[in-house]
Amino acid sequence: MRIAYYPGCTMKTRAASLELAAVEALNVLGVEFTELERWNCCGAVFSLAEDDLIHHVAPVRNLVRAQQEGCDTVVTICSQCYNTLARANLLVRGDQEKLETINRFMDEEPDYEGGIEVIHYLTLLRDHVGWDALKAKVVRPLDGLKVAPFYGCTLLRPDEVSIDPLHEGVLEQFLLALGAEPVAHSAATECCGSYQMLAHPEEGMQRAAKVIGSANHAGAEALVLSCPLCEYNLGTRQSDVVAMGGELKPVPTLYFTQLLGIALGLEPDLYRLDLAGPEARDLLVEKNFVAAATV
Amino acid sequence: METAVVPEVATKTVPIFVMGKKYEVPDTLTIMKALEYAGYQYIRGCGCRGGICGACATVYRKAGDYKIYTGLACQTVVEPEMYLAQIPFYPANRASYDFEEIEATPESIFKLYPELFRCVACNACSKVCPMDVEVLDYVSALKRGDIKAAAEISFDCIQCGLCTSRCMGEMAQYHIAQLARRLYGGKLAPKAEHLQKMCDDIEAGAFDEELAKLKTLGVDDMKKIYTEREMEPAMSDESWKPASSAGLA
Repeated sequence: MRIAYYPGCTMKTRAASLELAAVEALNVLGVEFTELERWNCCGAVFSLAEDDLIHHVAPVRNLVRAQQEGCDTVVTICSQCYNTLARANLLVRGDQEKLETINRFMDEEPDYEGGIEVIHYLTLLRDHVGWDALKAKVVRPLDGLKVAPFYGCTLLRPDEVSIDPLHEGVLEQFLLALGAEPVAHSAATECCGSYQMLAHPEEGMQRAAKVIGSANHAGAEALVLSCPLCEYNLGTRQSDVVAMGGELKPVPTLYFTQLLGIALGLEPDLYRLDLAGPEARDLLVEKNFVAAATV
Repeated sequence: METAVVPEVATKTVPIFVMGKKYEVPDTLTIMKALEYAGYQYIRGCGCRGGICGACATVYRKAGDYKIYTGLACQTVVEPEMYLAQIPFYPANRASYDFEEIEATPESIFKLYPELFRCVACNACSKVCPMDVEVLDYVSALKRGDIKAAAEISFDCIQCGLCTSRCMGEMAQYHIAQLARRLYGGKLAPKAEHLQKMCDDIEAGAFDEELAKLKTLGVDDMKKIYTEREMEPAMSDESWKPASSAGLA
């Protein structure tokens, strides 16, 4: 298995706190990988107009890049990139005619041969590192931290690209390996509000409110995310959502990779708590998982 | 008896099609000279004639080939059966901004050119670039906020506008790249501190005395000083020092 790491645009701008610790963690866990040097936007959203092939060119071009690097696997950390790349891959692997059309269109590139597997970072941890091996590398267990895992849509839907097809709770198992206590809550696989937060703010806020309420109800001390868009809706915009009224209480949001970085004892500038909200920083200091001076 | 060697140039002509009309032109000419040979006079679409200004972008096709070819008319030699037209100008909106005020952040670029996110990675831009700039790569770099990479990848851009003429996202890539280069060069790249020090020294009068002395010399003395000046030998390394430090700050 030769792994190409595909970062994605947001990871390199606003979501550095999602990326940096995760990349370093692979080194700690002894996973060999190459970060793609040449790549473009994944396409951002998988186009449901499957015969409108131009919108599948961006993801397929990235698969060509991984193929050019001699890799057979592409791993992503951003769940939106995962969904777009994995579904485009499925589309062209399952439809020779569409693959040929795209290859003919991209005549300046080598043909995509369909040999790349697209996987998510959590899949890599589960299937290629293993929870026990991860647990063995934990130097600061997150004992007693009650965390509500949040999958959102793109890690699980549609079924064909779900990172958890048997509903075994991959995010829960990940949290357990770090020593945290995942709490079950009803909105773990709901939509965060997605782009509706900007297009139709009221509907978007309702979706986000449902998730925050669900985490509150389960007694979660933090909500853990894997997607910059979820972070925008549930983190950045949380104060607006909570201000709508009802019985919502603020709940700190963190990326799953920030918890990974803390548990593995990585340098604070890799898990970038400065990019998280003050509530998240206070929680981790209060729990003694990080030193106050480092946040 | 010596005979001057005169290279024999075969004066062969080839047929080319300019905006649909056929002309026979010498096969050694560039597109630009061929057009003039054929009787066209350049009013626009001709700038430096040296391959650097980007004014003479030309689009052409070849018989029996679906590809679009591009080149600078002043640099590209004619080929038989070439079907061509020049694109002296292609509309492209440039955002206005106050360089002093603007912050060197990805968000500044996104705000001025939101159409950046209309890119679908079709790569038509890179394919037509007569300078072989990987336009899609710098557009991709900008989408991920890497202003330095965008400035470096777009460095050879001569702003001919062919990328813009082909863009599915209807953006003017080269104006966005120019903003990236300005922000990088003006605000992000490390400053050359030694240069600033030298400028300060000059302003403080470090060379005034030397200069005043030179001004009193006649032409012959000036020539002598110039021809006898000590020069840094080619390939010398950083440890080289002149024998005399006269005139140095």
